[in-house]
Amino acid sequence: MTVTEERPASEVGAPRRRKEDQRLITGRTRWTDNMQLPGMLHLAMVRSPFAHATITSVDTSAALSSPGVAAVYSGADLAEEQGALPNAWSIIPDQVAPSHPSIAVDTVAFSGEIVAVIVARSAAEARDAVELVDVEYDELPPVLDSRAAATDDVLAHLDLGTNVSAVWIFDSAEAGTGSDVEQAISTARTGGVLIERELRQQRLIPAFMEPRSIVVDPTGEQLTVWTSTQVPHFVRVFIALVLGIPESKIRVIAPDVGGGFGGKLQFTPEEVLTVIAARHAGKPCKYTETRSESLQAAHHGRDQWQKLTLAATKEGEVTGLKIELVADMGAYLGLVTSAIPILGAFMYNGIYKFPAYHLQCTNVFTNKAWTDAYRGAGRPEATFAIERLMDELAAELGVDPLEIREKNWIKHDEFPYMTVCGLEYDTGNYEAATEQARQAFGYDELRAEQRRRREAGDPVQLGIGVSTFTEMCGLAPSRWLGSQGYVGGGWEHASIRMLPTGKVEVITGTSPHGQGHETAWSQIVADRLGMPFDDIEVLHGDTQIAPRGLDSYGSRSLVVGGMAVLAAADKVIEKARPIAAHLLEANPDDLEFAAGRFGVKGTEAGLGLGEVAFAVFQAHNMPAGTEPSLDSDATFDPETFSFPHGTHLCAVEVDTETGGTKLRNYTCVDDVGNVVNPLIVEGQVHGGLAQGISQALFEEAVYDDAGTLVTGSFVDYLVPSAADLPSFVTSRTETPSSTNPLGVKGVGEAGTIASTPAVVNAVVDALRHLGVDDIVMPCTPHRVWSAIQHSSAGAATPADNPAGDDAGLPSHNAAVSEGSTGESPGEGPEAGGNDSRGGLS
Amino acid sequence: MTRISVTVDGTSYQDEVEPRMLLVHYLRERLGKTGTVVGCDTSNCGACTVHLDSKSVKSCTVFAVQADGRDVTTIEGLAHDGELHPMQQAFHENHALQCGFCTPGMIMQSIDLLRENPSPTEHEVREGLEGNLCRCTGYHNIVKAVMSLGEGASV
Repeated sequence: MTVTEERPASEVGAPRRRKEDQRLITGRTRWTDNMQLPGMLHLAMVRSPFAHATITSVDTSAALSSPGVAAVYSGADLAEEQGALPNAWSIIPDQVAPSHPSIAVDTVAFSGEIVAVIVARSAAEARDAVELVDVEYDELPPVLDSRAAATDDVLAHLDLGTNVSAVWIFDSAEAGTGSDVEQAISTARTGGVLIERELRQQRLIPAFMEPRSIVVDPTGEQLTVWTSTQVPHFVRVFIALVLGIPESKIRVIAPDVGGGFGGKLQFTPEEVLTVIAARHAGKPCKYTETRSESLQAAHHGRDQWQKLTLAATKEGEVTGLKIELVADMGAYLGLVTSAIPILGAFMYNGIYKFPAYHLQCTNVFTNKAWTDAYRGAGRPEATFAIERLMDELAAELGVDPLEIREKNWIKHDEFPYMTVCGLEYDTGNYEAATEQARQAFGYDELRAEQRRRREAGDPVQLGIGVSTFTEMCGLAPSRWLGSQGYVGGGWEHASIRMLPTGKVEVITGTSPHGQGHETAWSQIVADRLGMPFDDIEVLHGDTQIAPRGLDSYGSRSLVVGGMAVLAAADKVIEKARPIAAHLLEANPDDLEFAAGRFGVKGTEAGLGLGEVAFAVFQAHNMPAGTEPSLDSDATFDPETFSFPHGTHLCAVEVDTETGGTKLRNYTCVDDVGNVVNPLIVEGQVHGGLAQGISQALFEEAVYDDAGTLVTGSFVDYLVPSAADLPSFVTSRTETPSSTNPLGVKGVGEAGTIASTPAVVNAVVDALRHLGVDDIVMPCTPHRVWSAIQHSSAGAATPADNPAGDDAGLPSHNAAVSEGSTGESPGEGPEAGGNDSRGGLS
Repeated sequence: MTRISVTVDGTSYQDEVEPRMLLVHYLRERLGKTGTVVGCDTSNCGACTVHLDSKSVKSCTVFAVQADGRDVTTIEGLAHDGELHPMQQAFHENHALQCGFCTPGMIMQSIDLLRENPSPTEHEVREGLEGNLCRCTGYHNIVKAVMSLGEGASV
């Protein structure tokens, strides 16, 4: 028997249609909420309506007598056994953090915090009983604005004594990676250019489409937990650590998971409470959140103030960047909350090679949902800041924004390049990506049109936005993580099982939730082992099947997990070689492995890998002292990050009479190194663009003055629809990474990181001749219109711009395609003081 | 409890249901039709879209009793004898799904869109899918998939 080859010459690089699709397009998907187990009970949560309050009493008696209710727990009932939720990253040794309960016992610190748990026969009966729990609160003043929180005038946690969790500083002169930023600023102040801005990164909500769901079956020897998570391996470890259950007694399964975007990179109160309830009941329990609960209490993202000072020469050469960040943690520290701004802290230099850098980040607590990873996690914030500043510098000097970037970026022949933040960029070619984008976009023609419209005084003005970016991706070298205060590692694991019939099982420690690992890993293994794509099965997301793994986030799956898969495949070949040689009666060194077959050099003799697998299964004729197995494991720990990059160009039409913004053209060229599956890569870019564009134009989590989330449903939290977005023009350059054997870089976050500044730069560019030099995100029609009214060219009086209505929430349509002035004061939920435009107008 | 008689994916059912029971909960919890999912509480996301007498509805805004005497098709009733519906095939071919949670609703809405307008422009496709949210794809490939089945689309 020989292996028949019915596959392209190279699987890697082919636009394979996904293996995952069949079950997803036919409705056979295994979402956690689909699970029904015998005798299963259902949970519903009672949540605090107050942002900050003392719980004075919880009366559960009426709820307990409600039909179908099996149990009701208050925080006091579970105070002893619930433990404390973990934060896994201390960015400084003496980081301050409140104890983080799954269910509030004495006080609540954000609206949406769980105060009681109902367990009932059906989900409907559980929800009915929620209304019957009588909780008495004494309200405390909430602190909602992060900059106000930093003063400690009002405390988010009275017992903590401060709102400041940590102050983290990086200084290039101190670190030895560059020179003194104060010197650069002082030089620029006298003989150069200084750009000073305070930018706002609004609070966002990951808004994965599948609400989180947990099923716990306590009836077996092992506690089995199905959960809609990105991180089943984390969940297993933390159930063990938090609840004191031996890890070996826990099995966690992430079945099909409907999106994550960082929002399911968490160990949640709901997971803890479902485990506790199931163990008490001795029966399976399920909890599925409503969308409103998800928006209110699943972690949020972004929420920073960025005070920025960029120093440059009059010729446009950047000489230094100083940053003061205030990052809003919300009420608690989740898994990696405190490190999110720090993941961006190493990227504010972007693709540029200026010599001096200083960043001070102040992490503060407020009485809002806690923040944590959201697609890009720190890097979109950094990219936004530097790319907005580069446009402002270009405007200040009256040069083209592409020209100012070219003057400052790292040239392709300067790689590897050690940055002012102390990171070594592997490879890149910013010139090539930018030129390709410029051509595809029709940059010069659009600039000409922009001039024509300006000269004609067209009420609809054209703006062109530029964003060039790079990101550190592939979280992460374990040693680096350790040096930054993270408790875990950053390696990834894979194993390959060679089945007797010549089929292959690939077990990966990554945990996909839409990324297509089953397809991409099959392509990698098909090439390496020379096996047909369809003969390879990729298994994941179950700690019993894939016992070792660190899961999926941070654009790590391919560049870390994919390398483990590759290494495991290589080990299979090396284990098979002496066995094949023995069977062929040849010297192992005389064997060549190609296209799935060991051939004896210079002869026709050979054996397929499948044949070796069968011989190993029989084990009748093994070389002496050789174990009869080809199965192999590999754990890959990256030496460094990889640095994808790209150039994104965006054209918007802004109606100066209504403030309406219409995306006319979005063109990007991304360089993610070599590509395993171009179809999947493009899809990742498309989705990333949508989320980044949406930050620029639509999305914001808004709290009112009392700390109630007013964007608590999809009516108010504007996830864009198809009608809000254009088709994208995407293409690639390919500069292989030098840090991994496939030459690949991450792609999951690229689109999100690059697109936000491209869009805002475009909107500002459309209005710059009117004197507008910033608009706070999201650039709603009302904010755009207000910016025009307040600009030097606007003739508005304060009465034209009612204060406090800046976060007016237009309908999907109005926001992008038509524009609208219909957001009269009071029509939409109003921004709380924390979300107003501050001093930025 | 109210007695209803309803045909779902070609099979007739008679059931007693609470008047407040939503069609989506009837499909999921009583019939095990878990291909149809719930993504929001406010009829914004469209993940629960099914066909009621061949027209798309959000099954979270229809009571089960309103389906009495009517014909429901879910994502699970589209493929016949292992043969995918052309829209399912188009979604696969065009990589129009990633996590797949919105996909059942998106496919059902796309079929209805083409039933109403067999040769839509891109703009019409985008407007026609406005009630269905996707967080993964940026809609680019979804629109492409639907356009690929429009009359006059180059195959």
